[in-house]
Amino acid sequence: MIQIDQLSKKYKDAVHFSVSNLDLKIGEGEIFGLLGPNGAGKTTLISMLCGLLKPSSGNFSIHNLNFSSNKNELQHLIGIVPQEYALYPNLTAYENLYYFGSMYGLKGNSLKESIRSHLKILGLHEFAHKKVKAFSGGMKRRVNLIAGVLHQPKVLFLDEPTVGVDVQSKTVIIAFLRTLNKAGATIIYTSHHLNEAEQFCTTVGIIDHGKLVCMGTPQELIQKEEGITDLEGVFLSLTGKALRDHA
Amino acid sequence: MHKLLVSAHKELLLLTRDLGGLAVLFLMPLLLVITITIIQDNTFKIIQENKIPVLLVDMDKGDVSNQVKQSLKNSNLFEIVQEQEESIAQDLVQKGAYQLAIILPNDLTKDLNLKIRQNVTDILAKFGVEEENAPITDSPISQKEIRLYFDPAAQQTFKSSVRNNVDKMIAQIESQSIYQAFQEELGEDPSEPLFDTKSFISFKEIIPNEHKKETIPNSTQHNIPAWTLFAIFFIILPLSINMVNEKNQGTFVRLRTLPVKYATVLGGKALVFLTVSILQFVLMLLLGIYLFPLLGLPKLDVSGRIPLLMLVALFAGLAAVGLGLLLGTIAKSQEQSAPFGATFVVILAAIGGVWVPVFAMPPFMQTISKLSPMNWGLNAFYDVFLRNVGFKEIVPELSLLLLFFIATTVIAILYNERKNAV
Repeated sequence: MIQIDQLSKKYKDAVHFSVSNLDLKIGEGEIFGLLGPNGAGKTTLISMLCGLLKPSSGNFSIHNLNFSSNKNELQHLIGIVPQEYALYPNLTAYENLYYFGSMYGLKGNSLKESIRSHLKILGLHEFAHKKVKAFSGGMKRRVNLIAGVLHQPKVLFLDEPTVGVDVQSKTVIIAFLRTLNKAGATIIYTSHHLNEAEQFCTTVGIIDHGKLVCMGTPQELIQKEEGITDLEGVFLSLTGKALRDHA
Repeated sequence: MHKLLVSAHKELLLLTRDLGGLAVLFLMPLLLVITITIIQDNTFKIIQENKIPVLLVDMDKGDVSNQVKQSLKNSNLFEIVQEQEESIAQDLVQKGAYQLAIILPNDLTKDLNLKIRQNVTDILAKFGVEEENAPITDSPISQKEIRLYFDPAAQQTFKSSVRNNVDKMIAQIESQSIYQAFQEELGEDPSEPLFDTKSFISFKEIIPNEHKKETIPNSTQHNIPAWTLFAIFFIILPLSINMVNEKNQGTFVRLRTLPVKYATVLGGKALVFLTVSILQFVLMLLLGIYLFPLLGLPKLDVSGRIPLLMLVALFAGLAAVGLGLLLGTIAKSQEQSAPFGATFVVILAAIGGVWVPVFAMPPFMQTISKLSPMNWGLNAFYDVFLRNVGFKEIVPELSLLLLFFIATTVIAILYNERKNAV
């Protein structure tokens, strides 16, 4: 379970808080969709939960562990799939995965077998020994995803895992994530694809200006808003139609 | 250990797949050493074999000017080109057509002889030896001046060398003239030498020897250590760029979320780049031993020194890798790491004595020089290559290089921890 209490983050020289006094509870085995417009604080929140950013105030725990006292345990417990392709372009898919898997402490045949099976599930086994720089966006996304799950994390954070990929890749990725969830992994994912989130997530939290605006199952949120039939409608109704350009 | 080895393997793969980067790492240092050695060796040969043309304006036309010409010829350094007008000679030198013009003034021989005879007569008179003939003149004889015109672009070292040679030549001519004047005054035949005019005190350069065999340092013995060290330190560029690339690719962010220590990540890089620096050094040695003689350059003599040389290369490599790890940790972009790294290595080389010997630097810079790891490395290399010392003598330099590696790596780790604390 993930327990977040009064969590805030204000970047140096920033006027506003990116995340402000946020309280949140995510249950074990959930697929939690963290939704919000650009600059709402989604990536900042995920970065804090992954141990990449230090909160300005507040605290959180994942399975009753926190980074200040259980960093190593937590790093084994969680998996991260960042928004950018965090891969070495000059290494093959297999070499990238072998390296990242080894950094999780995996080794030997179990690591090799895990890489092979994941590549097969995500349709990349033919390209295992091709350099990543030659891959399409969808292929890179899938390798990026495998790199975050090789060690079978209990909690998986995904920052826009389907951005910029074709429908085929998106379908394979979502199906794979469902399999992981069925195997017991809690998934926290951010996305701008609201239809996808509506279908995929068991719980959705919409944040704006660093604050949690609403939370519930997609159906609960849709029913709460009068005259609205989908999650996109809920989203626009709660966050408005104003552009969120910022620099 | 497994994580360290896998990290090193990853670095090795990345390095070997970047052919351009590999070429820069191995070919550029070779090119640098070959170029510098050929230039320096040829400069030496030019001075020895291809004489420098010198303009000579002889307004004296006497014995002194003949002796000056003879001395210039005997020096084997200069080829005399006669010119009649001082102004033309000055103009030619100013335009850079000649490096040097020597102007011998009017009546140089006549006035020198007069002055010497005057002095000799005075001295003999003080000893009670009266001259048969009356002194030629009692009136004061004005000092004579040999004028030297240098090309404004001529190097200071060339100027000082010429000035010293001319000075020595004049002193010899003067002393010979004095001896001759004494002979004449004593009524001896000046054509039969009465005095031995050769220098009584001479000098001999004693060169360090090993097993009773003298090893004469040559341009290769000087250049290989200096420029190899320069090349080894240039490893901070690809190393820091490699680290900055990880930040740009996002792999560094992923690494921060993995249960792996930053020291392990750095360790993998250090192992590979240290191996590269050792390979660079081995290549340089092979170059000096096998290729240089084919290019007409002096052969590198490494007999009996290889273990110590490898040790110095290893520790110099460690210092360079430490610096690269620190730079790569701090730099946020290639725009920061590449220019800073390149400039910093050049500065370290300059203050380390790679270009100008430390003893020739101002006292303040000599103190600063002692802080440059390149100076420690260069001293250790020279100790082994040219001074034929043993392991004990290079321990201080090796210790400093090791401490530098430890200090830079620890700072890199602490900086990263502080910067990325959660």
